[in-house]
Amino acid sequence: MPVITVNDAISQAIAEEMRRDPSVLMFGEGVATKRRELVAEFGAARVRNTPLAEGIIAGTAVGAAASGLRPIVDLLFAPFLCFAMDEIVNSAGKLRYMSGGQFKFPMVVLAMSGAGWTVGAQHNHNVEAWFVHSPGLKVVMPSSAADFKGLLKAAIRDDNPVLFFMDLALGYQSGEVPAGEHLVPLGRAATLREGRDVTLVSYAKTVHYCVAAAETLAGQGISAEVIDLRSLKPLDEAAILASARRTGRVVVVHEASRLCGVGAEVAALVAEHAFDALQAPVRRLTGPDTPAPSSWPLEQAFVPQADAIVAAARELVGARAYA
Amino acid sequence: MQHSEQAPSPLALLETMMLIRAYEEALVGIAAGGNAPGTCTSVGQEAAAAGVVRALTPRDRILTNHRSAGHLLARGADPGRMIAEVLGKRTGYCKGKSGSLHISAAELGAVLTSTIVGGELSLAPGVALARTMTPGDDGIVATFFGDGAACEGVFHESLNLAVVWKLPILYVCENNEWQAFVHRRETMPMVHVRDWAAAHGLVAETVDGNDAEAVHAAAARLAARIRATGEPAFLETLTYRTRGHYEPDDQFYVDPAELAAWQARDPIELLANRLRADGRLDDARLAQIRARVAAVIDEAVAFANASPYPETAELFTDVYA
Repeated sequence: MPVITVNDAISQAIAEEMRRDPSVLMFGEGVATKRRELVAEFGAARVRNTPLAEGIIAGTAVGAAASGLRPIVDLLFAPFLCFAMDEIVNSAGKLRYMSGGQFKFPMVVLAMSGAGWTVGAQHNHNVEAWFVHSPGLKVVMPSSAADFKGLLKAAIRDDNPVLFFMDLALGYQSGEVPAGEHLVPLGRAATLREGRDVTLVSYAKTVHYCVAAAETLAGQGISAEVIDLRSLKPLDEAAILASARRTGRVVVVHEASRLCGVGAEVAALVAEHAFDALQAPVRRLTGPDTPAPSSWPLEQAFVPQADAIVAAARELVGARAYA
Repeated sequence: MQHSEQAPSPLALLETMMLIRAYEEALVGIAAGGNAPGTCTSVGQEAAAAGVVRALTPRDRILTNHRSAGHLLARGADPGRMIAEVLGKRTGYCKGKSGSLHISAAELGAVLTSTIVGGELSLAPGVALARTMTPGDDGIVATFFGDGAACEGVFHESLNLAVVWKLPILYVCENNEWQAFVHRRETMPMVHVRDWAAAHGLVAETVDGNDAEAVHAAAARLAARIRATGEPAFLETLTYRTRGHYEPDDQFYVDPAELAAWQARDPIELLANRLRADGRLDDARLAQIRARVAAVIDEAVAFANASPYPETAELFTDVYA
């Protein structure tokens, strides 16, 4: 299987879908500047630079999507989505419903976030849960090159608005990506590692910390299952509940802050529907309720790391503190 | 549909305006009875809607806002389905899920109605972009908004993108002097929004927004220019919102002298008097039109009242495609 970076997986997905469907186009600040190969292959009409104005970039995507095109817009850093909230939340998410189904909005919004570049809180803010809370949207946040490619292709083909969040730390990570057509359906979690004693549920970069934690735990005789949610909306509730029932213990891990985050939804889901199977309370390991700091050690401290995941899992299974 | 690229007869413009007025007065009555929430009328602004919309072709698209009744009716919308929508009935244009504030009618080319002030301005460039990328499509996009929306940041973003990308959009600013409960003079340094549009590089004109024939002529000229050049243009119709922001609203904040001055220039009276003066309209003809319009509205109200509410299961439909 070819090994490519996440950034290359994203580029492949976009090029393949533009080749397949002439209604796919891409625009945003610097899109034509940075993606010259797309301009060369598909022309300036389908690959466009825009003014640095997120509201009109997103609104133009919404209008175009309702009019027969399939726009992909790059809004760069997730905090910039604040300038595009009306267009994404009030228009893309609601106008299908409010019109009684007269319009559909096949569009993808790309945005980066997360620790790793020390860019500070106005470029690094994991806001994905805001959009999970808004009706009519879908939300995706992958962790591997294969999923970046497969989920982005599926998002472009989806007839609904998809927020596609890219963890800043993952862009240059490499991974195996199946050759040829590779699609990953939205709304389906992946079980990266099977286990009996505890379930580690995560998405984006902290999935990798969960996998590392699971390896450490295995050395200590604790069998951890790792679930990568991949899609946050639709959420693969069946996969979460099945694993919770299997292991009886759940740790939810994400970089976004705890209050009303995706972890709260996972915990509530398990409490409502698998309470009888639980042998310990659900634990959440998340970023704190602070803006993301820039300084490297502070930024790393913001993110739940593998050792904290190991400690939480050990606590749930009742193991003594590891000496 | 009644509209065509040929100039509508002045009598047709008059009847369209009278239909809009009768429709909105019926809604005012329904709202006064406490049976319809959130109705925003455009009483006094009918010339702007009738004049511009009747200058468009069936291939064109319109985007409108919370004061949409005039645009939709001028476009040929069924007043029965509109009132049904206002009342939340299943037979409404949006199955009762919109209410009065955001009625879209894709079958009439009235797309993506948004009640977020400025929302339509954010969506129009995308609709226009799709038209430029469809070979053989010479349709233009007319988007309606007010002086309030012109104070939103996205107004400037929209105009700027339309100029830079050469998008076929007719921006129609109905400057009605009121931005919800605030007079335009409190929020803008100048009288005309046109100045902002011109600064963005658009061909920008103002017109007496209470003169339906003048509005129609200006809109037709600008629409032809957009079709020929592919570039956006801006038309500001100078008019006045003679009723409150929504129904009911006692307008305690309105200067009575200003209101009276604009009411004396009522767009329907203005056109009717002109037509009467040059012998194109007499009392009998006017009474005939009035009766016809009243019958249409009576029938529309009856249809809406008799229509069923949506099934509760409709709560969950149309969220995703």
